[in-house]
Amino acid sequence: MLKKLALSALLGLSALGTGTAALAAGEAHVEDFDFPFEGPFGSYDPLQLQRGLKIYTEVCAACHGLQYLSYRNLSEEGGPMLPEDQMRAYAAQYEVFDETLADGQGDYRPATPADRFGRSAVANAPDLSLMAKARAGFHGPYGLGINQILYGMGGPEYIASLMVGYEEAPECAIGNEPAGFYYNTAFANGSVPDSCRDEHGHVTIEGSWIAMPPPLLGEDVVFDDGHENDLHHEAADVAAFLMWTAEPHLNARKAAGMQGMIFLVILAALLYLTNKRLWAPHKTRVERDH
Amino acid sequence: MSGIPHDHYEPRTSGEKWLNRRLPVVGLLYDTLMIPTPKNLNWMWIWGIVLVFALVLQIATGIVLVMHYTPHVDMAFASVEHIMRNVNGGFMLRYLHANGASLFFFAVYLHIFRGLYYGSYKAPREVTWIIGMLIYLLMMATGFMGYVLPWGQMSFHGTAVITGLFGAIPFVGDSIQTWLLGAGAVGQPALNRFFSLHYLLPFVITGLVVVHVWAFHSTGNNNPTGVEVRRTSKAEAEKDTLPFWPYFVIKDLFALAVILIVFFGIVAYMPNFLGHPDNYVEANPLATPSHIVPEWYFLPFYAILRAFTADVWVVMFANWVTFGIVDAKFFGVLAMFGAIAVMALAPWLDTSSVRSGRYRPMFKWWFALLVVDFVVLMWVGAMPAEGIYPYIALIGATYWFAYFLVILPLLGVFERPLTPPSTIEEDFAAHYSAHTGGTKTVVNPAE
Repeated sequence: MLKKLALSALLGLSALGTGTAALAAGEAHVEDFDFPFEGPFGSYDPLQLQRGLKIYTEVCAACHGLQYLSYRNLSEEGGPMLPEDQMRAYAAQYEVFDETLADGQGDYRPATPADRFGRSAVANAPDLSLMAKARAGFHGPYGLGINQILYGMGGPEYIASLMVGYEEAPECAIGNEPAGFYYNTAFANGSVPDSCRDEHGHVTIEGSWIAMPPPLLGEDVVFDDGHENDLHHEAADVAAFLMWTAEPHLNARKAAGMQGMIFLVILAALLYLTNKRLWAPHKTRVERDH
Repeated sequence: MSGIPHDHYEPRTSGEKWLNRRLPVVGLLYDTLMIPTPKNLNWMWIWGIVLVFALVLQIATGIVLVMHYTPHVDMAFASVEHIMRNVNGGFMLRYLHANGASLFFFAVYLHIFRGLYYGSYKAPREVTWIIGMLIYLLMMATGFMGYVLPWGQMSFHGTAVITGLFGAIPFVGDSIQTWLLGAGAVGQPALNRFFSLHYLLPFVITGLVVVHVWAFHSTGNNNPTGVEVRRTSKAEAEKDTLPFWPYFVIKDLFALAVILIVFFGIVAYMPNFLGHPDNYVEANPLATPSHIVPEWYFLPFYAILRAFTADVWVVMFANWVTFGIVDAKFFGVLAMFGAIAVMALAPWLDTSSVRSGRYRPMFKWWFALLVVDFVVLMWVGAMPAEGIYPYIALIGATYWFAYFLVILPLLGVFERPLTPPSTIEEDFAAHYSAHTGGTKTVVNPAE
């Protein structure tokens, strides 16, 4: 189920070489995706993360990096949980430069589980490790962050919305489209032609123009288990994967929080009863005749 | 320790006597823990314990975080990610520390507003109040410097903005800013010294907390009636008070446990909700975020800072009178620090003879408006400075100053306060009698 919700996205800087937006960013359109890791009991779905990894590997990785992630993370608890041999095989596809090889001259060797994923291959493609937290836009509506609490709307929703947000340019932009950029309804901080602004310079359309060409068109990857690979499913899967790369210990954090809260509820109940009993003799006025 | 008459520690065993002759530390602890406490304290008197807990939590988690953190502009951001990913339990430590700051400020604001409502700042507790304000200022400095350490976008550009405030001081501003940053711009020297001070200041706060507690152990706690504990004899004092241990320790711990349930809920399920997403982007001096927003606990004062723009007549007047020395930026800085200064001066601005707001019919409404004002300022501080928001901020800032500088002094003259109960015992009994819906009646053979 996809609830459509407009969210005022104050989405940080535009790191995509579109230049600094001189005026306040306009509205952007972020859809509410239902991710399995939302809510107090939500956790990552390893199969979804594996599908997302596949999309990342075959599509995103051409330009973007994941510099804070190690290959070993792929097998760790609470992640895609690749079997160790698969993780090692995945790492071995890549070469890393090792400066200890060739008598200190350095040389390339196949990556091991301890090595990091590469950095972005294209200069203006941002690293994706933390994107799901860096684009979380926790502020809507009216700066109160209610959407985040009610719908879990945050970074993964933004990423998925960006994937499905490429549309035909609106009428006001025809003839004035920024060259080499693509209109996207979820991207708030890109450039917008003056013909799509009102007399105060405020943007009159949803979204703006982004430098990244549409990365996913639907059926970009084929999953071994035959899982659906239309655009919406792919967008959700890769967004879930990037949420994991940003917050690899989400499952453990929620579990620890639940244990802590259960402990505290019991402690609070015991303290309540202790307190009540302790004070009882003093909270009764002694009836006096006077 | 002077104050309310009560039993003092008597060493009994020879070992205790031996120690007590050399270092009366047990007696000190005994007197501190057994302080006679007004028995009518309500649930707004629990924030002190929450604050002590928050201070200890911040120091404990902070010390471990420092073991894994690298204060270098090229490595700080990555070292925080190292903590989040590779350090055992590191994500929990960092989220506890980051949200612990929010808990700290949440509690301190309620603590301060409790003091403002019940007149806890009034004689003879002015010193407690002033030390409290110093602690609050140090908390703000510590919180700000801690936010710089992850070296994200908001860290970097927030530092540029906040240290830029000192740059607004006429004549010496630039020199002060350079002295604070250790360089002409935010960079390695700033990060290093903020790291050093972020580690140091919590211990200064700890020292001031000891003095804060000492001060009110001399004057005794205030209480919801604002009536002092009777001190002519121990027997009389005992009718108004109960010892801090166990009565208030258990009560406060219960409150703390309830608050921590909420706190752990936030840490576990929405740990980044109170932070800014931009701080997950590594600092980049060349890309300024479109809106630089401080942490939520600075927002009311940030709103006051931004409220006084060059087109406000007070600012224009100040500018004209000082031959242009006080410009809008410097006026804003003065207003921001002034907003805290007037709060610190509350003991001398409040002229009312009645201490507690409970017995001040007009004061109640002005105080409620002050609380609303604070919340509105907090909200408007997060909004961009355009459209209607600067006007709201200006009205809010004006009320803040009016409350302390005009309303508090005048209320003492115009208001006709109610008569508070003559003793704490009377108030407590009225509250907890079986006839007025208090707790259940227990036959107490002791009385």
